[in-house]
Amino acid sequence: MGGYSYDELGAIFAMQGFAGISLFSVLLLMALGLAIIFGQMGVINMAHGEFMAAGAYTTYLISSLTETYIPAFMPYYFVFSIAAAFLVAGTLGYLAEFILIRHLYKRPLDTLLATWGLSLIMQQSYRSIFGAREVSPTLPDWLMGAYPATDMIDIPINGMFVLGLTIFTTLAVFYLMFKSSWGLRVRATTQNRVMAGAVGINTKKIDRYTFALGCGIAGMAGAAFTTIASTGPTTGTLYIVDTFMVVVFGGAASLFGTIASAFSIAQAQSILEFFISGSMAKVFTLLTLVIILMFKPEGLFASKVRR
Amino acid sequence: MSDKSDNQRSWGRRKVVRALGALPLGIILASQLSWAAPATTTGQAVTEDTVTVGILHSLTGTMAISETGAQEAEKLAIKQINESGGILGRQIKIIQEDGASDWPTFAEKSRKLLVNDKVAAVFGCWTSASRKAALPVFEKENGLLYYPTFYEGLEQSKNVIYTGQEATQQILDGLNWVAKEKGAKTFYLIGSDYIWPRTSMKIARKHIENVLGGKVVGEEYKPLGDTQFGSVINKIRLKKPDVIYAAVVGGSNVAWFKQLKAAGINSKKQTLLTISVTEDEVLGIGGENLEGFYSIMKYFQSQDNANNVAFVKAFKEMWGDDSVIGDVTQAAYLGPWLWKAAVEKAGTFDVDAVVKASEEGDIELTTAPEGYVKLHPNHHLWSKARVGMWKKDGQAEVVYTSELLEPDPFPEGYQ
Repeated sequence: MGGYSYDELGAIFAMQGFAGISLFSVLLLMALGLAIIFGQMGVINMAHGEFMAAGAYTTYLISSLTETYIPAFMPYYFVFSIAAAFLVAGTLGYLAEFILIRHLYKRPLDTLLATWGLSLIMQQSYRSIFGAREVSPTLPDWLMGAYPATDMIDIPINGMFVLGLTIFTTLAVFYLMFKSSWGLRVRATTQNRVMAGAVGINTKKIDRYTFALGCGIAGMAGAAFTTIASTGPTTGTLYIVDTFMVVVFGGAASLFGTIASAFSIAQAQSILEFFISGSMAKVFTLLTLVIILMFKPEGLFASKVRR
Repeated sequence: MSDKSDNQRSWGRRKVVRALGALPLGIILASQLSWAAPATTTGQAVTEDTVTVGILHSLTGTMAISETGAQEAEKLAIKQINESGGILGRQIKIIQEDGASDWPTFAEKSRKLLVNDKVAAVFGCWTSASRKAALPVFEKENGLLYYPTFYEGLEQSKNVIYTGQEATQQILDGLNWVAKEKGAKTFYLIGSDYIWPRTSMKIARKHIENVLGGKVVGEEYKPLGDTQFGSVINKIRLKKPDVIYAAVVGGSNVAWFKQLKAAGINSKKQTLLTISVTEDEVLGIGGENLEGFYSIMKYFQSQDNANNVAFVKAFKEMWGDDSVIGDVTQAAYLGPWLWKAAVEKAGTFDVDAVVKASEEGDIELTTAPEGYVKLHPNHHLWSKARVGMWKKDGQAEVVYTSELLEPDPFPEGYQ
């Protein structure tokens, strides 16, 4: 790369690294909720993207309400709205499990169809309630703009925010799954449902809360993404492909796999995109995935559940 | 006696069955009869007091953000025409279809409107990809499409009237302006990955390299709907272009400008000229993310003339105070009025006659919100190019207005 000083190259290298990490955190946050539901319950939730949209619309609603009624609260509402997005999407997930999913556990392919139908219903509801146009919440000033680390390096603040949220959520999920007694019961149910029931675990309740947790995390992801892009009735469909890609590539039942997979896909994508054009970068990333999955059909980290 | 009554009963039963069977047919026939009554055309949905037209835009999907305004403007124009007595004494009825941001759907719905509904004209399509998909249907069924979007040119169909500006009317004047005003020499081209951005960039590159003597330092296309621009923004930073020349569309547009701002690239440090942002898009992007960047269009809502003031007022009355009007929305509004002028000149709704009347080069609208437009025999409009600088409130300040430009869909040296 002639014509550029070492300083410039260093700065670009640093910012490019951050672009990759930023994409990684986006992919991971999207995939976490799905990985919990798919990995722990074996339910393929096609409506995952719509639960994300639910979180994004919650943020939009809170933003407009705050702007109208308590403008002084504007700088702080965003943190509050992430919690609200988690609750709203989680509640929707809880209801969806209660009304729809729990009747279909023995028919995994039917859950695929049922959740796809659910996604269509949710899309149409968003369209009826919020209109076809895409909306964006008004973001507080501290979330916008860049942090100038040096003269040449600008780090996007929204990227850092999403990264921070992802780290927090991932740690929280790991704590819940591997350190809490609730997580122990979830894992027991995954490994052997009948036995878990026999030792007094209410497996139905476990299912419902696991599903709600997955949807709630999707809602948080949706709230976080309002800092990056806009929200429309069909926004969810933009994310669902990438989300499944991450979860399947990582190995369905492994949270570590999901992290590793999100990291490698994000880095490959953003490095390739720097050297070739955006569309071709996507083609190469997907091709590589297909080839790897041909040799390792279980994904990066195969699940160790007894069959 | 008993024989007879038996006979009667069985006949009766058959008659009942027959009558039941014929019932839906009768309803269909009755409704068809009223349509089929020939007025001034053959086979079109024209009655003694109504004429049916189609509106075909995306109400759903990634393009809905842009296309909603266009169909609203078309409905406003049709409503105003109806209130002023209609066309040839007939009130206009609308059949609306959703293209759903999916190009094959546009072709399918066009066929439905032309073959099943037999509409006299269609106002619709937005992206070039959707127009290219619908075009063969309009040519085969001899329909008439009023297409509202600024587009890449290199097309002229007998069955389409283009009410937006073609590439030379938009791209060339804007590039000339930025080269002269900002002394720009190096350009970075970025667009969404489909036919309009790619063809527009091809024309822009030829103009930059051959006419302006400048240099294109990068050219980039992102998949439609993509929301990750981090790597592209870094590339732009490395190349340090005088001007970023952008044609990113739909939902991606919002992500693109939000991330530009988040990366610290704003109008104080960087000149950005875009051919894909109108007031409609600003609504989603947010004025604060665009402040100081430039758009080249032929119409801005802030234009100060009597036609436009009346148009903006009527539009807000019909669609609410919050609604905004972008370039394509205004161009879409021209469609029904241009059709009305051509039909009244031809004295018939027949497509061949309307096209012939349109091709004589004397159909003009002095009431157009953008000022004055005239239909060129090549099916495009004479119009002016304008450069607008975006302000925080989502409106643009017009900083440059060109002469009335002749449409030239097949420019020499740009193909």
